[in-house]
Amino acid sequence: MTPNLSTNIGGIQMKNPVMTASGTFGYGPEYAELVDLNQLGAIVVKGICLNETKGNQTPRTAEAASGLLNAIGLPGPGVAGFVREYMPFLRQYDVPVIVNIWGKTIEEYVEVAARFDSIPGVAGLEVNVSCPNIKEGSALFGTDLKMFERVVKAIRNATRLPLMPKLAPNVADIAEYARCAEACGADAISLINSFPAMSVNIETRRPMLANKTGGLSGPAIKPIALRLVWLAAQAVKIPVVGMGGIASAEDALEFLMVGARAVAVGTASFIHPDTALKVVRGIEQFLAEKNLATVADWVGAFDP
Amino acid sequence: MQLEQAIVISQQPIQGGYSLLHLRSPGIASQVRPGQFVHIKIPRLEECVLRRPFSVFRADGDTLTILYKHVGRGTRGLKDTKLGETLSLIGPLGHGFPSPQKDCFPILVAGGYGMAALYLVAKQSPVKGIAFFGGRSAQDILCVPDFEALGWTVRVATEDGSLGQQGLVTALLDDWLERERTNETPEFFVCGPSGMLKAVASRAIARAWTAWTSVDNNMGCGVGACLTCVLKVKSGEDWTWARACKEGPVFNAADILWEEIE
Repeated sequence: MTPNLSTNIGGIQMKNPVMTASGTFGYGPEYAELVDLNQLGAIVVKGICLNETKGNQTPRTAEAASGLLNAIGLPGPGVAGFVREYMPFLRQYDVPVIVNIWGKTIEEYVEVAARFDSIPGVAGLEVNVSCPNIKEGSALFGTDLKMFERVVKAIRNATRLPLMPKLAPNVADIAEYARCAEACGADAISLINSFPAMSVNIETRRPMLANKTGGLSGPAIKPIALRLVWLAAQAVKIPVVGMGGIASAEDALEFLMVGARAVAVGTASFIHPDTALKVVRGIEQFLAEKNLATVADWVGAFDP
Repeated sequence: MQLEQAIVISQQPIQGGYSLLHLRSPGIASQVRPGQFVHIKIPRLEECVLRRPFSVFRADGDTLTILYKHVGRGTRGLKDTKLGETLSLIGPLGHGFPSPQKDCFPILVAGGYGMAALYLVAKQSPVKGIAFFGGRSAQDILCVPDFEALGWTVRVATEDGSLGQQGLVTALLDDWLERERTNETPEFFVCGPSGMLKAVASRAIARAWTAWTSVDNNMGCGVGACLTCVLKVKSGEDWTWARACKEGPVFNAADILWEEIE
């Protein structure tokens, strides 16, 4: 019997629990020649704010041991540019499109969310409150509970779309943020964003990134992410989407086991663009081997 | 663009820490255009989360040849690949060199292993032209007979004078432009260190000649998603980012903001 992999994330019906992590899969077309997008659980596109932005200076990324530091700085086409350039492409596929949104002010977050409310083909919004690489706003919303509450509440009032704030990992108590998101009416939460980090060159005495610091992603952060997902999943009833260093079906199964109802593949797509699809097949095989009929039977199977 | 499992058919050390890697990669070899690259997952380098990009030097039938210098972990890992081993490739990637214009005289300018990106230009050119190769020493002047076999003239400059004219390749180019150039308009195809690209670009731009320059930026995904490899290009009165992996690696020199390139 083929296990049923379908899952519902706060109103977003997915055929399997594996999505792409924002910022690691472009807007879809970049990988469409290499990966059958229809086989993904959902596509989460790179962060969109109100207007076109250019992002940070270069160098923007640096490899670390089993990880990647990035300070791309959220360059993007803005709402209108994204809708014009990418939505017609994305609508051709039978896959939920989750738009990751960000802003420099609460007003900007609200306006971006409101604009997407009327765009056909948008399944939900992931809110980036935790980009470590934007000077104004963004990271602050993710690490100050009062600011976080204000921005999530304001966005909730501006959209009927499924709403999924993406939590920052660098907070003292992740459960507080998870509960706050739930109390503000979020339909799901996702975590973790990349972890603030840095890398330097001892010969030049210079930082490896033009932005000096960046966010660490990749296998290096997986154990950190796993703990935070476990803590967040115990704190709320809304679905949790777990991510951070997932590169295999085994990694994904760990996140599902500690309570995530879906997962996202991020940095691993850069080296193997078909990672997400391999994760889907690996989960299916694992469930079949364990005689589990649905992925829900595995979610929270952790025995602490 | 495709994901292909290529097979190592031979490793051929050439000189001075440079090697040729021959891969059976029929899907990519049949599609590759001059100046395009492949993105290789280096085996046994599990702590590295990115692939490594390499220009395609030659494509013969189902075989791709990569020319590389042993400089870091990635290239050392490539050197350690065994015959018959499978390598994961993504390619062909990027926007390569256009075909040389028939009414121009094609001039290749390469620094070190930059010549690797230019071989297919010479091979597919409707007109035979001249190639200028520069390097630190004789060890860095590579595969000259391959270009001569195509009927191209090759001139060499080395900084230490161990082969060809002593000095920079751009000085050699300047001499040629001044003394030997015919009436045909030059069209440049350039690959090498950024200082060399800049120097050739400034000469071409000053005289309104076309120069196609292949940039060697640090790269992440290779397919246009991660936005690591961007450089500034002109956009009307303003500038915009262009991705070396997608809009490039070959750009018309007139489009690049050279003052922003170190």
